[in-house]
Amino acid sequence: MSSTVPSAVKRPRRPKGRIGGHGWVAPVLLILPTVIVIGVFVYGLIGSNINTSLQDRHHIGPSQGFVGLDNYRDLFTDDDFLYSLRNLLLYTATFLLGTLCLGFLWAWLLERKSRGESLFRAIYLFPMAVSFVASGVVWRWLLNNAEGDRASGLNRLFGSLHLDFLQNPWWTNEHWGILAIAVPAIWQLSGYVMALFLAGFRGIPEELREAARMDGASEWQLYRHVIFPQLSPVALSAIIIIGHMSLKVFDLIMAIAGQTNYTTQVPAIQMWVEFTRGDYAKSAAIGTILLLIVAILIVPYLVSTYRQERRR
Amino acid sequence: MTTEAIPAAVTSRIPGERSRVVGRTIKYVLLIGFALVVLLPAYVLFVTSFKGLGDATPANAWKLPESWETAGWSRAWEQLGPALGRTFAMVIPASIISSMLGSMNGFVLSKWRFPGADVVFTLILFGMFIPYQAVMVPLVQLMSNLGVPNGVPSLIVLHVVYGLPITTLIFRNYYAGVPIELVEAARVDGAGMLRTYASIILPISAPAFVVVLMWQFTSAWNDYLFALFFSSSRNGPVTIALNFLASGQLQDYSASMAGALIASVPTLIIYILLGRYFVGGLMAGSVKG
Repeated sequence: MSSTVPSAVKRPRRPKGRIGGHGWVAPVLLILPTVIVIGVFVYGLIGSNINTSLQDRHHIGPSQGFVGLDNYRDLFTDDDFLYSLRNLLLYTATFLLGTLCLGFLWAWLLERKSRGESLFRAIYLFPMAVSFVASGVVWRWLLNNAEGDRASGLNRLFGSLHLDFLQNPWWTNEHWGILAIAVPAIWQLSGYVMALFLAGFRGIPEELREAARMDGASEWQLYRHVIFPQLSPVALSAIIIIGHMSLKVFDLIMAIAGQTNYTTQVPAIQMWVEFTRGDYAKSAAIGTILLLIVAILIVPYLVSTYRQERRR
Repeated sequence: MTTEAIPAAVTSRIPGERSRVVGRTIKYVLLIGFALVVLLPAYVLFVTSFKGLGDATPANAWKLPESWETAGWSRAWEQLGPALGRTFAMVIPASIISSMLGSMNGFVLSKWRFPGADVVFTLILFGMFIPYQAVMVPLVQLMSNLGVPNGVPSLIVLHVVYGLPITTLIFRNYYAGVPIELVEAARVDGAGMLRTYASIILPISAPAFVVVLMWQFTSAWNDYLFALFFSSSRNGPVTIALNFLASGQLQDYSASMAGALIASVPTLIIYILLGRYFVGGLMAGSVKG
């Protein structure tokens, strides 16, 4: 997922008239296994999942008949599901804002050659190597909701720093609990966004900056008119990558709060809970809704990438 | 950047110099402050993993252990050991197979193209973004119909299949930077597709393989979702075993934290040893945007 989305924009050179210069049977045969596998495991299964979501199939065993969009109607009139959708949006907004701000700030601080740059970069990036399950172990401890004398984790730290007003119930808060889950997520992925922005900064030709300075641009104007526009493709990639990761959030909540905790419900967790209950239709419907939400973010991006390829 | 540092050092008595020093100080204070915050959870993991059972109390939460004990580590090792072996047995073949396939796909999609290659590529790419929840219910059915046993075999198949879009993408972008003349020259010499791939493209693919193998290794190693649906704590990978250990009724903090460290060692080592290449690959990939 990583490196790569940004570069999806990069196109292979295709000199005019060369296409089809060699037979196309051989390359098609070479890629055929992948096409078949993706066709079955991605597109075939999406179709089959949508079909399941339209059935009366709420217990282990075969379907009791076709029910149209009933399962979806049930979900969208269910307060629990609406609450978990709201949680998902809050979480995504916080996660995006946090990683973009911190990632940009770190990249900006490291942009000019700094002493110890590679050490700082390694420190900021390392949480990315750790699984959400492993980081969940320590973050569950850090985000312990006890306060006062019994406080542990971050609340304890705040207490001993005389910052008691910062103590809070973290993910057990009924209204904003989900935001506490965004804290470890931001901790984990900000370094990655930093690396993307750093690449963006390094990609800006020095001559551009020089030219702007020669024209008497102030430091702010330089950023406003030269640097930011040059970084916007990177920011877009970061939004796509972090956004789609965020909409799939699952591991972190399972590791910190568990599947039964109400304040951190999101669609992916509900999908798993319904699956373990044998309610395949509801589970499939939640999966399809998640797919649609992700598609709103991804499809325009894929289409524009494809158009750019064609224009070449 | 560097060119500016030199005149600044030479003309250190000009008026702007003081604000530059202040600015630099603020910068390093911020960099170090953020580094400490990022390292905070690592400190907690490390320190708590060496605490004895009576020592992991709220009052001692942020303190060093009263006595450094390794009992938590041995309890964690007992629980995670077998799962670690299974995770290696799953991750290594999964990353090698999907990298090889990705390399061939990337070659065909960038250097040995066929009509409709862009459409095929875009359709493959979509597979990278789908939430797996959207295929999971029929996927469980399909894997059982195909007769792939739960545990390591299932997870190998799944990580290969759902790894294909990303590996294809990385290799395709890498090969896009390779001059077409290399391929043309081989063709003029009468080499077929497979010969060209094996003798021209494969030998220059090492940097892309590093990035792809790292990526696949890390994401398969850290996966929890597929593991949850397709294995149990009896035959599952280390993420399952770790969550089982950490979510027990008895909050064994020292063993859980030691377990989290054990489960993270392989990916951390890879990042520390090869992180440079990874960031390098990341940059090579995104600069051209």
